[in-house]
Amino acid sequence: MNTLIAIIGLGVLCLLFEIFELRKAIVPVTILGLLAVLGLDASEFNAPEAYYNNMIIVTKFSSAFSGLFIILTIFLVALGHKFYENQPSKISDFIAIKVFLLAGAVAMVSFGNLAMFFLGIEVLSIALYILAASSRLSLKSNEAGLKYFLMGSFASGIILFGICLIYGAMGTFDVTEISEMSRSAELPVWFPIGIALVTIGMFFKIAAVPFHFWAPDVYEGAPALTTALMSTLAKVVAIATLYKLITVMNAEISEGFQHVIVIISMASMTVGNIMALRQVNVKRMLAFSGISHAGFMIMTLLSTTNAAGTLLYYTSAYALAGIAAFSVILYVCKNTENEDVTNFHGLGKTNPLLAAILTAALLSMAGIPIFAGFFAKMVLFTQTIQAGFIALVIVAVINSIISVGYYFKLILAMYTKEPNETRTGTPVVIYAVAVVAIVLNIALGMFPSLVLDLLAS
Amino acid sequence: MNVSLILIILLVGAFATYIAGDKLASKVALFFGIAALGCSVVLLNHFNLGENISFLSQWINQPHVSFSLNADGLSMAMVLLTAALTPIIIFTSFGTEHKNAKAFYALILFMSFAMVGTFLAADGLLYYIFWELSLIPIYFIALIWGNGDAEERKKAVVKFFIYTLAGSLFMLVAFIYLYQKAGSFLIEDLYKLNLSATEQLWIFLAFFLAYAIKIPIIPFHTWQANVYQKAPAVGTMLLSGIMLKMGLYSVIRWQLPIAPLAAKEYMNIFIALGIAGVIYGSIVALRQKDLKKLLAYSSLAHVGLIAAGTYTLTIDGLRGAVLQMIAHGFVVVGLFFVSEIIYRRYATGTIAEMGGIRTQSPKFASMFMILVLASVALPTTFNFVGEFTVLYSLSQINVWFAILGGTTIILGAYYMLKMYQQVMLGETNTKAFADVSLNEGLALVLIIALLFFFGLYPKPITDLITPSLENIIKVINRA
Repeated sequence: MNTLIAIIGLGVLCLLFEIFELRKAIVPVTILGLLAVLGLDASEFNAPEAYYNNMIIVTKFSSAFSGLFIILTIFLVALGHKFYENQPSKISDFIAIKVFLLAGAVAMVSFGNLAMFFLGIEVLSIALYILAASSRLSLKSNEAGLKYFLMGSFASGIILFGICLIYGAMGTFDVTEISEMSRSAELPVWFPIGIALVTIGMFFKIAAVPFHFWAPDVYEGAPALTTALMSTLAKVVAIATLYKLITVMNAEISEGFQHVIVIISMASMTVGNIMALRQVNVKRMLAFSGISHAGFMIMTLLSTTNAAGTLLYYTSAYALAGIAAFSVILYVCKNTENEDVTNFHGLGKTNPLLAAILTAALLSMAGIPIFAGFFAKMVLFTQTIQAGFIALVIVAVINSIISVGYYFKLILAMYTKEPNETRTGTPVVIYAVAVVAIVLNIALGMFPSLVLDLLAS
Repeated sequence: MNVSLILIILLVGAFATYIAGDKLASKVALFFGIAALGCSVVLLNHFNLGENISFLSQWINQPHVSFSLNADGLSMAMVLLTAALTPIIIFTSFGTEHKNAKAFYALILFMSFAMVGTFLAADGLLYYIFWELSLIPIYFIALIWGNGDAEERKKAVVKFFIYTLAGSLFMLVAFIYLYQKAGSFLIEDLYKLNLSATEQLWIFLAFFLAYAIKIPIIPFHTWQANVYQKAPAVGTMLLSGIMLKMGLYSVIRWQLPIAPLAAKEYMNIFIALGIAGVIYGSIVALRQKDLKKLLAYSSLAHVGLIAAGTYTLTIDGLRGAVLQMIAHGFVVVGLFFVSEIIYRRYATGTIAEMGGIRTQSPKFASMFMILVLASVALPTTFNFVGEFTVLYSLSQINVWFAILGGTTIILGAYYMLKMYQQVMLGETNTKAFADVSLNEGLALVLIIALLFFFGLYPKPITDLITPSLENIIKVINRA
């Protein structure tokens, strides 16, 4: 709870700095503030407590994921320093929106009441709509913002409808009460329908097939930094929230629901990967790669009793690799019109360090040892086989092989093609973010127990 | 003192080489390669005195994975092979200029590190990690420093990578399945499992996919010839000298003891696949116009015979296979080095553009001849010992296997001598061919000396590997 209040306070502080003409201090102060919030969050880790009539319930699960969100936000805010240097007058807005977005994210994983859950999701989504359209003079960015807004509000509507049905069935918004009632033998028919509608809405936010159509266009059109945010932070928040919703509200997950999860998971991986093979725009490619990763993450919903640690590990590995990859993309595509693969030609010669970082990030996403992505997949597969879904694991393995195809397209472009332009300038912030993110990723790969055991009961 | 020391030396060596810079890189790499060799010889001494040089430490709690390195005779033999070949391979590349040499030599040492890890790992997941890790350096070595047209090379190398990765991912699924059954990835726990015949068959096949692609056994060999041709000499030596032995070693260490029922049931099929590789490789080698491709197919034929030997499940078959793995490792590195020496002078790999080299360079000609004879298993060379032990074990299973497998020697002699004739003999070549330099000669003499020494006196190696192979046979026959 203190974490949430502190984050909102930090967002307000950002706006105040604008008034007092302290724009230069905004980014460093926000980063320091977020680090302090991270400490606060860590202090709450071992002190589970419920606030305001169970509106917010702080648990190990919520503190661990909040910690991940805060770390990701720190990276994204740090990257903003360079990204918004041409728009100094608006930097406070951009940073404050990101901090408020974080507040929504934290509310989403620590809700104890469906009203709070919906509040969180709206705070997060509206911030995202604004950020997607934040490149005001770019047609593509406007298109992305509008598309995302239309589709997103539709999904929010479905979620709200689902919540209403759940309320109709159970007579309460409180998830603990709902959970207790769901144990009873006779469930009203509205309850599973409500759960299904909420799940569909969340699948939309995660961009799982067949609710994924917005993702490639929005990812491509939105400014690169917003794409980074959507493909790392927003996706991780949505899957963590869905996991919490499913595990907290239902005592038992029905077999039919599991079948649906298996099908959506298989479809997401396969469609995402096959579409990614054909892309030339790197942002679009990562959008499809994100869809396929969503398919992997959904697999955790099949073993709800003990998959929280696995999900935390998978999302951390994926998001850290994503941050590292996007910081390189921000550097390479700073002055280019698009983010095509051709821009990456010869990066291995012109900037070996960043090329190595992008290679490492892509290898992690492909699931090659010693990067964290490998253990993420390994643990996920272990758990899914334990739950008895070996066919799903085999599809996932085949998809891992397909994914190598497009990740390596980028690696090949960096190392085998001749450079087509010289890039000058070494933005320290981008280097720092990329190096720290990839080092964290490799550290997670070397010592997976650090994260995997965090949520073990 | 334990075996993790070799790994540490090689890993530190890789970083030190990168830091040393382009000029010093090759020498630093050679130094660490020799240090690792020295270290493994010392460890061998400790091992022979009966000391425990294994290493075990907890790594991941959930799932249960330990950092377990186990050294028995078989592992030590393979580690020694890697540790001996690494400095030789580094030394052979002294005559070639490499762009970005620091990265090149660092990758060689890193690859050596991963391969030694594969040979030592006694925990399934750790083994899998080392196995995959060895793929990344060779991918970059072949991609960045390779020969020929960049687009074609890219295709060949990416195909190789995806092929091998695809195979090993199924092995990972098999390991995860075994973990569910045993509750641990440790090899001794996996050995104790009593799986049903169906389970064993699937696990056997998943392992087979990984190893058949790596070794390669037909029909999974299609990546091989192109990658061998396109990779730089060093990459080809690493691939053919050591990396494909990883596959053969793994058959003996993991596949056969974990799924013995399947191995016994379908033994004949897999021996037949190996022998088919022998005949197919030899016939295709006859028709090759490129020297490196010819050597690649000849290598396919030889490893086919080794694979057939491992699947006989007899002590002679396994012993012969291991001996031949080591012998083949040295001879194939020598032969690819010979092709590199010619490439340095003529800048071509096409056999038709060579010829008449012998009169200009008598020393080179005689060393090349010895390597050719060793590769066709001339008595007194190490290859003879290995190949005949394998053929003997095949004859115990079915005499036809031995007869068909024996064609490797007849056909091998035919295409190797024909190749030698076309490359070295004939009218004196108009293009000048300088005789071997001191460095080149030293490397070749070293390889030849080792081949003859162990050909005449293979006892140290057989004594080293036999006890551990007997243990493995015991595990195979446990049910």
